[in-house]
Amino acid sequence: MTFSLSGFLGQLFAIVLALALAPLLTGWVNQCRAWLQNRGAPPLLQPYYMLHKLFHKDVVLAHGASSLFRAAPFVIFGCMVLACAIIPSLSTDLPFAPAADALALVGVFGLARVFIALAGMDIGTSFGTLGGRREMLVGFLAEPALLIVIFTVALIVQSTSVATIVETLAHRDFIIYPSLAFAGVAFTMVSLAENARVPVDNPATHLELTMIHEAMILEYSGRHLALIEWAASLKLYAYSCLGLALFFPWGIAERDNFLALLAAIPLLLLKLGIGGFLLALIETINAKMRIFRAPEFLGTAFLLAVLGMLVKLLLENRV
Amino acid sequence: MPGLLPIDTLLIVACAWLAIGAAGLVAPRNTRFIARTLFPLGALVGIVAGLVALGSLGSPAQTAVLAIGLPDLPFHLRLDNLSAVFVLLLGIVSAGISIYAAGYFRHPGQGGQGTAPGVLCVEYHLFLASMLMVLLADDAYAFMVAWETMALSSFFLVTTDHRHAAIRQAGYLYLLIAHVGAIAILLSFGVMTGGVGGSGDYTFAGMRAQELSPFWGSVAFLLALFGFGAKAGLLPVHVWLPEAHPAAPSPVSALMSGVMLKTAIYGLLRVSFDLVGMTLWWWGVVALAIGLLTALFGVFYATVQSDMKRLLAYSSIENIGLIAVGIGLTLIFHAYAMEALAALALTAVLYHCLAHAGFKSLLFLCTGSVLHATKERSLGKLGGLIGPMPWVAWLALAGVIAGAGLPPLSGFVSEWLLLQGFLFSPGLPHPWLNMVVPVAAAIVALVAALAGFAMVKFYGIIFLGQMREPALKDAHDAGPWERLGLVWLGGLTLLLGVLPGTIILRIDAATQQLLGKGLADRVAENGWWMLAPISPERASYEPLLFLAFIVATLLFGRWLVRRLYHGRVRRSPAWDCGYHFQGPRAQDTAEGFSQPIRRIFEPMFRMERHFPTLRDKEPYYSVKVEDHFWYWLYLPVARAAAWVSTLITHLQGGRIAVYLMYSFVTLILLLLVARP
Amino acid sequence: MNAVIPLSAQLINLFASVILLLAFAMLAQRRVLKLIDLFALQGFTLFLSTLVVAVKTGQSHLYYSAALTLTLKAFLLPWILHRLVRRLHVKGEVEPLINIPTTMLIGIALVMISFNVALPISELSSSIARGTLGIALAVVMLAFLMMITRRKAVTQVVGFLSMENGLFLAATSATYGMPMVVELGIALDVLVGVIILGVFFFQIRDQFDSLDIHHMERLKDN
Repeated sequence: MTFSLSGFLGQLFAIVLALALAPLLTGWVNQCRAWLQNRGAPPLLQPYYMLHKLFHKDVVLAHGASSLFRAAPFVIFGCMVLACAIIPSLSTDLPFAPAADALALVGVFGLARVFIALAGMDIGTSFGTLGGRREMLVGFLAEPALLIVIFTVALIVQSTSVATIVETLAHRDFIIYPSLAFAGVAFTMVSLAENARVPVDNPATHLELTMIHEAMILEYSGRHLALIEWAASLKLYAYSCLGLALFFPWGIAERDNFLALLAAIPLLLLKLGIGGFLLALIETINAKMRIFRAPEFLGTAFLLAVLGMLVKLLLENRV
Repeated sequence: MPGLLPIDTLLIVACAWLAIGAAGLVAPRNTRFIARTLFPLGALVGIVAGLVALGSLGSPAQTAVLAIGLPDLPFHLRLDNLSAVFVLLLGIVSAGISIYAAGYFRHPGQGGQGTAPGVLCVEYHLFLASMLMVLLADDAYAFMVAWETMALSSFFLVTTDHRHAAIRQAGYLYLLIAHVGAIAILLSFGVMTGGVGGSGDYTFAGMRAQELSPFWGSVAFLLALFGFGAKAGLLPVHVWLPEAHPAAPSPVSALMSGVMLKTAIYGLLRVSFDLVGMTLWWWGVVALAIGLLTALFGVFYATVQSDMKRLLAYSSIENIGLIAVGIGLTLIFHAYAMEALAALALTAVLYHCLAHAGFKSLLFLCTGSVLHATKERSLGKLGGLIGPMPWVAWLALAGVIAGAGLPPLSGFVSEWLLLQGFLFSPGLPHPWLNMVVPVAAAIVALVAALAGFAMVKFYGIIFLGQMREPALKDAHDAGPWERLGLVWLGGLTLLLGVLPGTIILRIDAATQQLLGKGLADRVAENGWWMLAPISPERASYEPLLFLAFIVATLLFGRWLVRRLYHGRVRRSPAWDCGYHFQGPRAQDTAEGFSQPIRRIFEPMFRMERHFPTLRDKEPYYSVKVEDHFWYWLYLPVARAAAWVSTLITHLQGGRIAVYLMYSFVTLILLLLVARP
Repeated sequence: MNAVIPLSAQLINLFASVILLLAFAMLAQRRVLKLIDLFALQGFTLFLSTLVVAVKTGQSHLYYSAALTLTLKAFLLPWILHRLVRRLHVKGEVEPLINIPTTMLIGIALVMISFNVALPISELSSSIARGTLGIALAVVMLAFLMMITRRKAVTQVVGFLSMENGLFLAATSATYGMPMVVELGIALDVLVGVIILGVFFFQIRDQFDSLDIHHMERLKDN
């Protein structure tokens, strides 16, 4: 493997872009949601103001908070930055990409999940443990579903490296893969659950019966909360980019292609904009489910992913 | 020591362990001498064993014939690469456990109540030596003698606290299943020597030379799967495991779960890839199916346990299931002569053996420290121990992350390799295997994710939150010896996690020996930091870079935030929703945490629940989760056995003449039947 | 390997998969009206797939059957069912006999079985879309499963119709469709069947005040 300078700069650029764009994406989704729900929309840059404000504030720690509680936001943030560094958003020329393939990527998300669930349990309030338990409940079904979606794609491409997947899918003859339809539906369902979105969770609620993500981070404040919020935006960004990379990879630049890289930026913005709008649409037309419907929802996602794999094996292996 | 062959060194190691054990009898009540001198010595011997095995990896097999043994049937020993990998595991892991035990058995409560420390020392080192001999044995007799010694010594270790009836019961159950398994192994060896009309050569070399028909080969394989499965904890002969592990003292649980279960895996690998001399594809399917069921069963039950050691014991069942899945996949690939892929799956198996030995021993030892500090093993009475026990808590976190199969620690590497293996299964030249086997990957993924649930429960309930009992405030952290042992195993978990390339290069000799092909070339091609078993374009994983990136972001982020803003912290009470009476009891209990699993997978469990009603004077909730297999399999068998026994008691008349007549009739019958 | 598949076959595979997806969605759906909508969507996808086969092979009778599928299965039958449901005031949720995740798991097993069963048959077939035979069989089985596991009579009718969709898909994919006479006959049968069932619904409801087929158990001779 060669560490070329351009590759390194591209990698750095991708990370900086992710850090900068992720809150914007969250802001955009919030804005779209407000429009669709006939509310006055918050400014597009609201998440940045929010982060700035939170970083300024003092951290208020509960008496029982342990060192794990204080370390967790940084670990979670690190995991999400790593995820964004691996997933090709603009170019597939990423020196960090071999550090983790798509399976390891699922592991990164899993690691972040375990840390946030543990942090939620750390203070020992009823909300925290409730959130931790529900998060793991969502996770244990969402994670295998995501893994099988990746498996299906990997079977098509014969590789689990995300960069190779993008290169193969984007730069060869257009073929319809029916299995990708299943995988796409399953991936959408998993992304909704993983990013604490309606119908599994509601990012805008603090109602004890329904919240998952918010319940875990209830005790966080100041810079810790800022990092967690930022990490949540990064997660949404990472999932969006992963979805785009797996299902709409066209326009992502290949190795050593500077012009394509320039063209990739507006295209990425466009794709993220459309994706964000669709997310807001899904959130608007669906109602939040009872918590015990969530396993059913995710179980369906898991089975659809398995079905996608079966269809891939039946239709695309033999003919 | 020039001129000393590794196998001789290992024999000396075994003798040294026996000698250390015997030395314990000199002063059986002198806890200080035994704990501070003998156990560290045992650890040192373990390190020597591990290093010798590491050094001998990749060199040709060495054999030795011992003068002792049965008359005219000397013990044959052999150290080849497969044994060496497992000796390495035994040596390195047992070293950590022995160091820990040096601190653990210091406490008077443990030694005083049950077995004397000296006797414990004998049993412990005899156990170690017998496991070593199991790995070195090269004939059926030596193997069985070592195997039975291992079973017996571990039985006595399990029943250290033999005054408790429950512990005695657990011990007997363990002994019973161990013996049923041993009979199956013995029969398997018998089949492989050729049975009636065979060569009757009881050495492993003789078994390799023996040509078996597919039928007898299958019989031998299935017997071995059952026999070794009984030791490893495969379904349906797993029931002893969640009983025996919690009953034993924690270092013994660690040794049994971390190392002894792996000797069974060693035996299974030895028989199915080395001794039988053939592979049928459906063997792989059987192993795969049993492995999947075991893994699912183990992880489901692990999530709903309320006793921390039982939780870990069920988690061991799950991990053994995953190993069996890997063996099944290897067998399937091997049967179709796809050796490169078989090598991938076998590497996953060996790696998971090492990884599981490390992290599960670590976790069991952590429960030992918690048990000593709090005298409590029920999750419902723990909590918040990260405060008084930071060392144990942070090291347990390493074990938990590895146990949940998350990067960048050891458990993830083997799961990653296993999934990579599954990715190739659609290429199998069989019209439905190539469709069914990939679906198994979905179940493996589900198991891995559920393991995360179980591990979060384990860690969160024990170490995080508020203390559920006031007495926990007096908990103390582990002592220096215990800490050293934990750090040793934690370091092992980290090393296995971040240096997979280097380690695979070492253990690859075993893969090459069994399959004729390994991963070493391709791993070496891409450099030590990268794990790319096929090619970097196809799949790669660089845990070191991975870890470095997260740590760098963590430190850089912290520095930057403090630089640009500030690092001020204020302390205040946690938010209580305006309700002041929230105590530690408002947290989830262990039962509460796993309630979603019990609810979603209700048919998997046999539950007895009591719900409080409005009219209860003293309302309480209780749930008891039991194993279906007790009611489906074991109790019917037990009842049948009891019924047969009552029938047989009719033979017992009490008159000696009648008894003599029985013998006489039998003799005549035998003479008639066995006429040539 | 994949590059040699012509576009039409890819499209047929895609539509077949969507039909399977919809069959699963129907299995997971709790609301009666949504179920009927899904059925209509399935009919429409079936029409598209038939159309592709027709265009590809140029067989004129396939055009007719595509048109028939469109009018009957995508519009007429759903419309009738919608009206029936509204007129009968079938409210709320479909009550499954087995819970939905378990049904889905059984569904996956059925898919695997039907894929394996269809494998040797599709090897014999020379059609461009022979891979879809397994899917068609799976759709039939899933519809069957839906009929078994649901309580309401309406869902059973939908299951029956979905089963017919599966058969139709099998016919087009394996043999480029059945002879026109047979097809017309089936279409008529289905239509008449639904109308008769509609009449029966009213009868059942008048008799039992409910459309729960469990009440039918009372009809046995004692």
